Amino acid sequence: MDFPLMLRVFPFFVEAAWVTVQISVLSLLLGLVVAAIIASAKMSGSFVLRTIGSLYVSVFRGTPCLIQLFVLYFGGPQIGINLDPFAAGVIGLGLNIGAYMAESIRGGIIGVDRGQVEASRTIGFSRLQTLRLVVLPQAARLMIRPLGVNAVGLIKGSALVSTISVVELTYTAQRFIGSTYKPFEIFGIAALLYMIIVYVVARAVDVLDRRYAIN
Amino acid sequence: MQGLDFSVVTPYTDLLFMGVWWTVVLTISGAVISFFFGIFFAVAVLYAPKVIAYPIRFFMWLFMGTPLLLQLFLIYFGLAQIGLNVPALAAGIIGLGLHFAVYNADVMRAGIVAVDAGQTEGARSIGFGRFQTLRYVVIPQAVRNTLPSIGNNLIVLLKESSLVSIIGIAELVHSAQLAISETFRPFEFYITVAALYYILNLVLETGLRQVEKQVEVSR
Repeated sequence: MDFPLMLRVFPFFVEAAWVTVQISVLSLLLGLVVAAIIASAKMSGSFVLRTIGSLYVSVFRGTPCLIQLFVLYFGGPQIGINLDPFAAGVIGLGLNIGAYMAESIRGGIIGVDRGQVEASRTIGFSRLQTLRLVVLPQAARLMIRPLGVNAVGLIKGSALVSTISVVELTYTAQRFIGSTYKPFEIFGIAALLYMIIVYVVARAVDVLDRRYAIN
Repeated sequence: MQGLDFSVVTPYTDLLFMGVWWTVVLTISGAVISFFFGIFFAVAVLYAPKVIAYPIRFFMWLFMGTPLLLQLFLIYFGLAQIGLNVPALAAGIIGLGLHFAVYNADVMRAGIVAVDAGQTEGARSIGFGRFQTLRYVVIPQAVRNTLPSIGNNLIVLLKESSLVSIIGIAELVHSAQLAISETFRPFEFYITVAALYYILNLVLETGLRQVEKQVEVSR
């Protein structure tokens, strides 16, 4: 192990880790918005909306995220979409994780006991009131863990944006492996930083889940 | 902005199908490795002495917490550094295999623990050795019970195999990149590639559902 080298390159990796965090957080936010829309579409009364929602989930989950990024970043200019790597990365990852999160949200809503809806309708709540005051507060608790799993997957998935030259952790690792020929040392540093990010998110999900668990 | 023209893809049909073929080869080889190593890791973590179990647990923890792409770089360049000059294809298969072995092991471990203790007791009392009990009684049941999760991992493996194009393996994505370097038509080719993955995915899902049904029936 070449520790002096590891110390020397470490600052570059901290900077790169910050980019990974930014990409992950931004695409997570975009993903949540997309997921909410797609989940609503999939659960709506309209056949057209349901079909669109299902198609979205099926296409984005049925093809590699890498290809989705490539279509957006390399193919985008052909249809008039010019994005810089960072923006393409955030949008690509966000649209992709949105499909997975939509299923987590839907699962949470379906998981709420049917009797809750019936009872709330019986005492005179409207459909919207039932959804807002009875179903969603309970569904939100059921969603914490699956959405957390999605978020951790997203952090690891964010490595893909290195292929469209966003200078994040994996890109930096690849560059330094190429220039130093010390794959184990470089992997060690990058892995450590990924682990820290993943650990923080996993702990946060644990805390939230315990805080809001339904007993 | 140029008009889209999907007919540019037709001259490259053979190239793309070669790509599909290699993607299938990668997926199947990765699946076989990840299946058997998954069982091996799960058994080692549960039953091996600590000197073996702890390093494997550490390895699993490491590979579950870091991106596959990073692991591929480690394996591709790392093998070369320790003096093993394996071709990119082998590095890609090993990388995919080990990555998904870890996920399979995670599922399988739970599956093995969930097999009824009476099964082990029964096997042992009719004279099976510890290894025989695992091999013929516990693991087959664990595999059967965890089949849906292992199938899910396989579906992810098919899609993630696209990543090995980065270390220069001539699979589907790489074929498309070759064609794009000649035609400058990324949109048409990547959409075509996406469609091909989608079809592969459908075939795989249908196949897995069939297998699951078969297993369900034989129960």
